[in-house]
Amino acid sequence: MSEKKQAAPSTASFGQWMKAAVFVGLRSSWLVYVLAFVVSLMVGAILIAISGASIAEAYLAMFRGAVFNYNANNLAGMLKPLTTSIYAGAPLIIGGLGLALGFRAGLFNIGGQGQLICGAIAAAYIGFAFDLPVGLHLFACLVGAMFAGGFYGWIVGILKAKTGANEVILTIMLNSVAALGLNYLLTQSTFQRPGSSNPQSEIIAKSAQMPALLPPPFQLDVGFIVAILVAVFVWWFLERSTWGFELRAVGANPNAARTAGMSIAFVTAMTMALSGGLMGLAGGVQITSTMKYLTGDVAGSIGFDAITVALLGRNRPMGTFFAGLLFGGFKAGGRIMQAQADVPIDMVLVLQSVIVLLIAAPPFVRWIFRLPKPANTTIRDYITLQANKEVAA
Amino acid sequence: MQLELRGITKRFGPLVANDHIDLVVEPGEIHALLGENGAGKSTLMNVLYGIYDADEGEILIDGKQVTFSTAGDAVAAGIGMVHQHFMLVPVFTVAESVALGYEPTKAGGIIDIKKARELVKEVSSRFGFDIDPDALIEDLPVGAQQRVEIVKALSRDASILVLDEPTAVLTPQETDELMAIMKQLAAEGTSIIFITHKLREVRAVADNITVIRRGKVVGEASPESTEAELATMMVGRPVLLRVKKDSFDPGAVGLSLDGVSMLDPNGNVVLDHVSLDVRKGEIVAVAGVQGNGQSELADVILGLETPNEGSVTLEGKELGKLNVRQHLETGIGFVPEDRSSDGMIASFSVAENLVLDQYRDVPFAKGPLMSPKVVLENAQERTAEFDIRLTRVTDPISTLSGGNQQKVVVARELSRKLSLFMANQPTRGVDVGSIEFIHQRIVEARDSGVPVLVVSSELDEVVGLADRIAVMYRGGIVGLVPSDTSRSVLGLMMAGVPYEEAIASESEEEVAQ
Repeated sequence: MSEKKQAAPSTASFGQWMKAAVFVGLRSSWLVYVLAFVVSLMVGAILIAISGASIAEAYLAMFRGAVFNYNANNLAGMLKPLTTSIYAGAPLIIGGLGLALGFRAGLFNIGGQGQLICGAIAAAYIGFAFDLPVGLHLFACLVGAMFAGGFYGWIVGILKAKTGANEVILTIMLNSVAALGLNYLLTQSTFQRPGSSNPQSEIIAKSAQMPALLPPPFQLDVGFIVAILVAVFVWWFLERSTWGFELRAVGANPNAARTAGMSIAFVTAMTMALSGGLMGLAGGVQITSTMKYLTGDVAGSIGFDAITVALLGRNRPMGTFFAGLLFGGFKAGGRIMQAQADVPIDMVLVLQSVIVLLIAAPPFVRWIFRLPKPANTTIRDYITLQANKEVAA
Repeated sequence: MQLELRGITKRFGPLVANDHIDLVVEPGEIHALLGENGAGKSTLMNVLYGIYDADEGEILIDGKQVTFSTAGDAVAAGIGMVHQHFMLVPVFTVAESVALGYEPTKAGGIIDIKKARELVKEVSSRFGFDIDPDALIEDLPVGAQQRVEIVKALSRDASILVLDEPTAVLTPQETDELMAIMKQLAAEGTSIIFITHKLREVRAVADNITVIRRGKVVGEASPESTEAELATMMVGRPVLLRVKKDSFDPGAVGLSLDGVSMLDPNGNVVLDHVSLDVRKGEIVAVAGVQGNGQSELADVILGLETPNEGSVTLEGKELGKLNVRQHLETGIGFVPEDRSSDGMIASFSVAENLVLDQYRDVPFAKGPLMSPKVVLENAQERTAEFDIRLTRVTDPISTLSGGNQQKVVVARELSRKLSLFMANQPTRGVDVGSIEFIHQRIVEARDSGVPVLVVSSELDEVVGLADRIAVMYRGGIVGLVPSDTSRSVLGLMMAGVPYEEAIASESEEEVAQ
């Protein structure tokens, strides 16, 4: 145990910095994430090869769909895939952040799907049934979605807080309730689109739709700004507010939190409401940005993908944000891969699953690549240490 | 069998846990390894037991070099280890536990439980233990569980037995029994390495003492050394073994309990009409064998549990139905019994742990907005004031040694405006140097006019700190006695004997002598 930390000598040469960077890099947890991504691509490659398609063609198609389309004949066309990925990522980011909040409090909210559906129903209803000014209408849709999802999450929170019911079972059951409830609503006259025999609602008013951020052909809209704001809010909430302090404390050690005077019941109910609220907001964004009307599969698999996004982001706001972008990229790229390389979009699911499998077991990844054990030394620590050793020698 | 460790060095990153340690253990010797928490004793034993690889140095058995890459190798070479936290399965029987890992089998791989049972009987009769091979581990008292661990090691023909802090979990009587067992084993030729930081025990049982400080051997000592000499070697400076305090000058009643009774969920009485006054500026210490209602008493005062009967008043205000937060807001500082489960959050930084129950208060937060800057400044001040050794206040508290973690908890609880200071086992698992410091702080709180309630199962601590002693037995207070009451009277009272009888029986003994 060193008494006082010495400041890192400013005289460290470039070579020493590089050595330190390698030492720290090999032991950082981020490397595991990068390698998990690489391994998933390799596993995917094997499956693509088995299915008889060309590996290079498939991955290049994915790249063209998700990042940069070098085949396009103008710059806008080349950059369009990137904006599509971001666009597809927005609901995943918002949902992932919502679930991450719950996970940090030790609550395994699997009810994202149901909370998202509630949010989508509220947003769609406000969207087509009311006539409000531009701006206010969209705002009302999103706030309504948040309250609907939040209420749906709060039910679980309050049941757990008051009766000790298991939130995993409750949320799974409520997912079914929401999905079947949605199907029922779509057959009712309030929701079903007049003149249509399909179970789908009216298209929401223009004033309730997300305004575009960029002109066509780009798809990017204000939904992405909402996602950024949510990420900033979640960071502030967790790291800078007394509520977040309680949430993290209860999640990390409920006994100590209780002894320190925190109310586990309050934190549980509050967290589930907030987690559900953000899932609801993701549903609101899904309606006002992507779908523009309500259908039976408005939620897609976002409620479940968001779990993966939160896990991949290690329940940290920044991490979850980028994990959401990655999965948005998978979504956008997968579509092009299916269309152009004739590889089913399900391959994307394989890639996602392998990534999650690997990040759930960092020692396994370290073992595959024969990496040294993780350590949380910083580059500065390492240089100071080396300098001290030289002095000692 | 003679064991020699030569130049053992083990590093963890920048930390040198063992720095060229030499140690020789002769056959039939009880060799004490004395050092504070975090001095490197357990690391050294884990190297010996094949759990860690040493970076340098060698292990010799009877003069021949050996290498252990797994604990299995060490066991095969005749080394047995009893860990501080027992490695037992609660739902197994004694016979199953002893057989675990080395199960005698019948044809077809079926465990021969009869053979295992005989093995337990054979080993325990050889060493004179009284252990029922069919008892379930979870039904056994801690002392008996420890004997199961010892039998387990002996049944694998251990000729060197390592006991890692074996007395930490034992009552005084169980400790005496263990020491008798150790002496008997040594007499029959088993070498024992006895890891501890308790000076009294070392002097009572060891043949030889090696003192380790900060990963280095600082010297050998003989069991004839005084406790003060050993403590000085261990800590590196002279240590106060007695608590220094002036005579007490109590004021008005601060905390008052009146007929507090509580049942546990199974309907057993855990608190039985407890009435107790703690005045401002006095320390009342609650003595008793663990599990006689002391922890429940503390929980009731803090509001973690609601009593079925009776009232708790602080400064004339009945605490009654207030929740824990409201209790804390009345100015109760509380050091919980088990710091890692109730007193701190391992993954939180030291700075965050220092405001764990004050994060909502000005200046740490205004409304819902927390001020990380003030939290950090507070951490710098508290760690300096309480001499908490750390690298960075933003590091997780789990990177600190046990003693320093406890200092964080004590620092936090003493830094609020107090109307009552209550500490349950304030120095459990804390090294000698830190114990002295924490005791001083508690006395300072008393001197500033705060009522102080200390719960401790260490009689030394109770006698050293208390102005008055309340002895608890089966949820009730057996008696409130002055702090100069003799140990033997306290011991009898801890077994439920009322004060008058205890005094009487003690004077009888004196007459008999």
